[in-house]
Amino acid sequence: MWEALQFEFMRNALFVGILVSICCGIIGTLIVVNRIVFISGGIAHAAYGGIGLALFMGFSPTLGAAIFAVIVALLMGIISLKSKHRADTVIGVLWAIGMAMGIILIDMTPGYNVDLMGYLFGSIISVPKTDIWLMIPLCILILLITVVFYKEFLAISYDEEFSFIVGVPVKPLYFVLLVMVAISVVMIIRVVGLILVIALFTIPPYIAEKYTRSMGGMMALSSLLGILFTIIGLFISYNYDTSSGATIIMVAGTAFFLSELVASPKT
Amino acid sequence: MDNIAIEVKDLWFAYDKTPVLEGVNLTLYKGDFFGILGPNGGGKTTLLKLFLGLLKPNQGKIRILGEHPHAASHRVGYVPQNSGFNLHFPISVKEIALMGRLSRARIGRGYKAQDHDKVEDVLKKVGLWEFRDAHVGSLSGGQRQRAFIARALATDPEILFLDEPTSNVDHDFETNLYDFLKELNEKVTIVVITHDIGVISSNMKSVACVNRKLIFHGEGKLTSEMLDMAYQCPVDLIAHGIPHRVLDKHGKH
Repeated sequence: MWEALQFEFMRNALFVGILVSICCGIIGTLIVVNRIVFISGGIAHAAYGGIGLALFMGFSPTLGAAIFAVIVALLMGIISLKSKHRADTVIGVLWAIGMAMGIILIDMTPGYNVDLMGYLFGSIISVPKTDIWLMIPLCILILLITVVFYKEFLAISYDEEFSFIVGVPVKPLYFVLLVMVAISVVMIIRVVGLILVIALFTIPPYIAEKYTRSMGGMMALSSLLGILFTIIGLFISYNYDTSSGATIIMVAGTAFFLSELVASPKT
Repeated sequence: MDNIAIEVKDLWFAYDKTPVLEGVNLTLYKGDFFGILGPNGGGKTTLLKLFLGLLKPNQGKIRILGEHPHAASHRVGYVPQNSGFNLHFPISVKEIALMGRLSRARIGRGYKAQDHDKVEDVLKKVGLWEFRDAHVGSLSGGQRQRAFIARALATDPEILFLDEPTSNVDHDFETNLYDFLKELNEKVTIVVITHDIGVISSNMKSVACVNRKLIFHGEGKLTSEMLDMAYQCPVDLIAHGIPHRVLDKHGKH
């Protein structure tokens, strides 16, 4: 297994996996406790529109995905606050429109882009150096925001109404959270692809919640689990020549079912 | 004027086009122990949310301690209905109580020593100090309710609002709670939403029944008019078998 690390692409992949798992553990925890899994899935899929637009206009697909993801995140945030009763429907519509738009824009782009599958299903072993250098500050930013506003995020996640009454800026923080989700989505797309983003966001926090008594602990354990799933998945995919993104998700999925069989020690 | 806790004038409220409250008028003075009674869907919780600034009236005026509800919200404490909370949420009793200090703590900063002192104080008051590190999911319904009361008290409230504080708790807790609230009432104005007529008759100083309209009684007595309005209440009356008189006259009920 260790001989794989002599290749630079494997070392890079490992580094990206660890970085993304940390972000995923933090943001995934907030997604799970705030029950915004559906919005997060919507952001991930609609981001495909940005990838299509970037390829069509000829700029970096990662940048295109990032811009699109942030805009869609804000839009979904507004919708979920304005029309509570039909928010899920509208989010589902945006989810599909974003993807459809991406597919049509790519159809209209001359030449076939091989890298495209990488955005749908991830390709952790082919993340360019420039993207890695961009991921490091973004990951630090997410970590900083979460640490600084930890008590506010804990409060709005547990009891939004009470937080509003005691003067916590609930809505601005909700939008900050959605933008952080969007940024994380763009990073995770590189690892497991936009179709599988949700699994990496939700499985580690879901398992971690059973073994932790604080939100910070849940974030830390989720990050560790994410790192573990990514490393195991990466080496299985290297040895058996399977798709890295799907293999990582299958490892996480196996852990998910195992954790269901083991009784929760907490209650 | 200074001793008015809550003032409501000609308040109207509707969710979309469904009217919930129509022409509500109410004046409560500081030191009151006020009970709000009424059927499910009658608008009790809506009225409380209007008091807290969570909802805005379509028409009419609400003043809490002389201020707009949201401006006064840091001067009141709120104990929400003890249902619908995620029991798996990774939060401890102490972390819940600390939320009450958010109105005083600065955003983006940690809690200060005085916040921790206050929380120790209120947790001891409600008898949960030894459970401070316990996970919320390991508590009983009554203990969880006490954690929410501690959180509300940590705000140093001038008015304490409680929404159905005895739902999902055992009967012993109910008796203890009202003794506790009575003692607290020496300093704090208390507003309680409840289904339970027995509790109203033996503890409240004033009482109102809400079912779209509001009928107010300044002496904590129930009129048969109120019971007619809150047709679901007599069920509680029978179930608890309160020994003393809660009805003015024995009517047709």
